[in-house]
Amino acid sequence: MQVDTERLLNAMAKDLQRLLEERGIDHPTLVGLHTGGVWIAQRLQTLLGIPEPLGSLDISFYRDDFSRLGMHPQVKPSHLPFDVDGRHIILVDDVLYTGRTVRAALNELFDYGRPRSVLLAALVDRGGRELPIEANVVGTRLTLRPDENIKLSGPEPLQLILKKKLS
Amino acid sequence: MSLTNIQLDNHGRLRHFLTIEGLQRQHLVEILDTAESLSGVAERRVKKLPTLRGKTVVNMFFESSTRTRTTFELAAKRLSADVLNLSISTSSTVKGETLLDTLRNIEAMQCDMFVVRHAQSGTAEFIARHVKPHIAVLNAGDGRHAHPTQAMLDVFTIRRHKLDFANLRVAIVGDILHSRVARSQIHALNILGAGEVRVVAPKTLLPACVETLGVQVFHDLQPGLRDADVIIMLRLQRERMQGALLPSAQEYYQQYGLTEERLALANPDAIIMHPGPINRGMEIDSAVADGPRSVILEQVTNGIAVRMAIMSITLGTHTHPFREDT
Repeated sequence: MQVDTERLLNAMAKDLQRLLEERGIDHPTLVGLHTGGVWIAQRLQTLLGIPEPLGSLDISFYRDDFSRLGMHPQVKPSHLPFDVDGRHIILVDDVLYTGRTVRAALNELFDYGRPRSVLLAALVDRGGRELPIEANVVGTRLTLRPDENIKLSGPEPLQLILKKKLS
Repeated sequence: MSLTNIQLDNHGRLRHFLTIEGLQRQHLVEILDTAESLSGVAERRVKKLPTLRGKTVVNMFFESSTRTRTTFELAAKRLSADVLNLSISTSSTVKGETLLDTLRNIEAMQCDMFVVRHAQSGTAEFIARHVKPHIAVLNAGDGRHAHPTQAMLDVFTIRRHKLDFANLRVAIVGDILHSRVARSQIHALNILGAGEVRVVAPKTLLPACVETLGVQVFHDLQPGLRDADVIIMLRLQRERMQGALLPSAQEYYQQYGLTEERLALANPDAIIMHPGPINRGMEIDSAVADGPRSVILEQVTNGIAVRMAIMSITLGTHTHPFREDT
């Protein structure tokens, strides 16, 4: 599958810009979800010209499936190099699917402080939501079957890879 | 070796943490990396993660301890587990209850993890062999045998200061004979590929055939410290000593005590470690223990993140037969 991720990123940046203006948000802060979301947040930061440092979250310790799946073997540190209180945060993920990752990310974010607002941006919305969570900005919407999986590889180049799940 | 099998599941993942011996490099690195991710939690407003919510951790301490028990307790609480602290030496065993009876009773309280400290080598392993399969067992020190979580927090502290194990000279100084900490450290350092591991002690405080553990043996402090990058001082365990292993404490300090003067032999950027509690003026001079190169209190702090990592990894293994990575 060939998707022009550059085009999607540009479109996302434009949509975000418009949304921020609508809401009167001057100084937003980007927070990427490991690992793909961080790559996208980095790109959006450049495209939007945001001077604030970037935050990153690894939600492994907040997963709701720990009691089923155990620990993820490659946990990365969460790093928010700013005070979350009163900030306008843009959460960035690569693929929005069940919504469970975003639920976990919101919980983790609030353990750092009380943001003024949180927006959600995702490169791909593949449907299949299991929680009442929607993105404010989406690069593209894809309809995938449950046995199909989409992953972002990167950081250079950023590429979406469609895979059939082994079963 | 049977001992190594019991702490791993069929897929080679950690289900108990009893000893460093027999573990692979990848097990240690996974613990260190996970601990690295967990170390930021202490700086957040909410110093708590929801990972072990609903789990119950039992600290079973048959031998007294403040630091180790407290950091295990904090680690469990920061992962949102409930914690039960039992000082068993002072309760049921005096009344004649056997270890297995004690175990069955605590098991009946529906707990998920036992953290065991005991004066007898092999107790944690014995418990791991007899507990119900859903329970994870962590060794918090058994006799002279092992203290694996201490060794992991030590190598974690080393890794934070020295990026590469391969070029490291590590000197472990003092009472190696009675030290479960030293044994676990030696295994951990060798598995991680430390360049040179030295033990420095009088003959009477070294176990027989210590060199088979993969260490260089020094009986004098000065050559043992030369060009060392990491110096680990061990506590003189007077309470475990029977008979005349030492001429006198004073003479020991004269020969093996770490002073500023002797420290000058080591690398200028050497770090000083000690598992605690320290005997000031016995194995280490106060000026060194409190000096700029001492990372002794950092070790205590790191102990929490490392124990959180080991708890979440082992309990994670118990909750699921095998993780298919997606």
